[in-house]
Amino acid sequence: MISAPVRLRRPGGDFDAVPVAEDVHWIGALDPTLRSFDIILKTANGTTYNSYCVRGSEGVAVIDTVKAEFADEFFSRLEQVARYDEITTIVLNHLEPDHTGALPELLRRAPQARLYISHRAPLMLKGLLKHDGESLDFTTVTQGDSISLGDRSLRFLHTPFLHWPDTQCTYLVEDGILFSGDIFGCHFCDPRLFNDKVGDFRFSFEYYYQHIMRPFREHVLAALPLVEALELNLICPAHGPIHRDAPRGYVKRYRQLAESQLANEARQRDKTLVIFYISAYGNTAVMAQAIKDGAESVDGVRVSVYDLQGGEVTPFVDLIEEADGLAIGSPTINGDAVKPVWDLLSCLTQVPLKGKLGAAFGSYGWSGEAVGMLEDRLRGLKLRVPCPGIKLKLIPTGEELADCHAFGRNLALQLTGQAAFRVVDIAELA
Amino acid sequence: MPKAQVLFEDIGVAVTVPAGTRLIEVSEKVGAGITYGCREGECGTCMMKIVKGMENLANPSMLETKVLQEQMAGRQNRLACQAQVLQGEVVVRPG
Repeated sequence: MISAPVRLRRPGGDFDAVPVAEDVHWIGALDPTLRSFDIILKTANGTTYNSYCVRGSEGVAVIDTVKAEFADEFFSRLEQVARYDEITTIVLNHLEPDHTGALPELLRRAPQARLYISHRAPLMLKGLLKHDGESLDFTTVTQGDSISLGDRSLRFLHTPFLHWPDTQCTYLVEDGILFSGDIFGCHFCDPRLFNDKVGDFRFSFEYYYQHIMRPFREHVLAALPLVEALELNLICPAHGPIHRDAPRGYVKRYRQLAESQLANEARQRDKTLVIFYISAYGNTAVMAQAIKDGAESVDGVRVSVYDLQGGEVTPFVDLIEEADGLAIGSPTINGDAVKPVWDLLSCLTQVPLKGKLGAAFGSYGWSGEAVGMLEDRLRGLKLRVPCPGIKLKLIPTGEELADCHAFGRNLALQLTGQAAFRVVDIAELA
Repeated sequence: MPKAQVLFEDIGVAVTVPAGTRLIEVSEKVGAGITYGCREGECGTCMMKIVKGMENLANPSMLETKVLQEQMAGRQNRLACQAQVLQGEVVVRPG
C-alpha cells in the first residue's frame, strides 16, 4: 500500500522552504507516490523535483522549477523566502517538463526576471512553451559565463547531453554550491532531503546513472573535469537527496561508473568484435564459428562468441558497450528473428553505440527475413553496417561456410581500417 | 540525370548518386556511421565533417545555419539530413 504524501507542510497549509546554506533554499516538491518515471524507470521511493532559491545583495535567483502538477507546492515554498518582484534571475539547467512545468506561471508572476538557459536550449524552450515561446525573451549562456547577484555570482558549466542536449550546471561561486541538474541526482523521495539524513539511497543513485546517464557516457567523461576542478561544499541535483556529506564522493563515483565497465586487456592494442548467436538446429551456430575464424584471420582483432541461450542480457550489454563491433545471428522463425535476439537489442539503448560496427547473419528454413530485420535495427541503433548481412538456407555447405569466413574477415578488415575501397551505385543499395 | 559521388570515409565506400540527393538518403543505406536524431534539421545529431567537396553541396538553409551555429560547428561541418549533393565528389565522415 502506498503511504500518503509527505510534503513538509505547515499546520496552516503552507509548504516549508528548506535552508541548504545561508540565503539558499530548497523550494522544490516531493512526489513520494510516483512508481514509474518517463516510462523507463521504476521509482520505488518516488522522486523529488528540486528547485532552489538563491538570494544575493542585488538579486534573487530561482534555479529550475518543478513538474506542473506540483506548482502550488513550489510557489508556496518560494513565497516563504522571496517576493516575486525581487526575483531578478531564473535559471533552467534542463528543460524537461519535470523541471519546467511551473515556468510559465513563474514568468507570469515575476515578469521582470531574466531567464537564462543553455545555448542548446532555445528550440526546446520554444517546443515546450509553444504559444508563449514566440514572445519569450531569454539569454543563452555557455561555459564560463556568469551572472551577478551582487555579493554572489552564478557561473555556468556547459555539460550537454546529461541527459538532454540542453543540460547545464550552475555554480554558486562564493559558496561552492553546484546546482547540477540531473547529474548526481536520483529518484528517491525522502523529506529529510540531505544525503546524511535520508534513508539508504545508493541503489537509486546507481540505477539512475545506469538508465539516464550511461547512454551518454562520453559526455559524462567530458563534463567531469569541469566539476572536479570546483571547490564543492554542496551538490544540489534536480532529483533526490542534496549531497551535503562528502559531495565529492558522488563525483568520484560518476567517474568510476563512466569509465570502462569491464577491464579489457585488448583495449588500445586490438579491436574487439563480439558475436552473439542463437541457433535452433546448430546451423546459425556453425555460421558464427566460421565468422569468428574469418575475423581472427586478421591481425589486431580480438573475437569473442556467445550463445544467447546461455546467458542473461545484462552482462551481454556490458560486453557490447566495450566492444568495437557487434555481429548478431538469428534463425528466421515465422518471418522474424527470435525473441532472445530482440530482447538483447531492446536493451542496447542503455549504452553508447555510435560508430560501432554492426553485422547480422543467420540460417533460415523458408524465407530468411531475420537478417534484414536485424540490420535495420542495428542501423536504427546508430551502428554502421558496412558489410551486407549473410544468410543461408538450412544447413551450410562448405562453400557457404567459406562465405561466412570471408564475411568475418571483412568485418575484421573494417574494424582495423583495412577494408578495400568500394564504389557502388545508389540503385544497388537496398 | 547528372550524377555525383559521395565517399563515406569511415567505411571506405563511394556511392554514385543522382544530383540533388540528400546525404541522409545514402548514408543509412550504405551503413555509414553518421547518426540521425530528428531528421528535420533541428537537433544537430547528424552533424558530419565534409573532408572534401563542400563546394559541391547546396548552400545550407537558414535553419541549418542556425543549428550549426548553436552546435558551435566548424566551417567543414554540415547536417547530413539537410545537405544536398549537387555535383562532383564529396568526401564525408561522421562527426
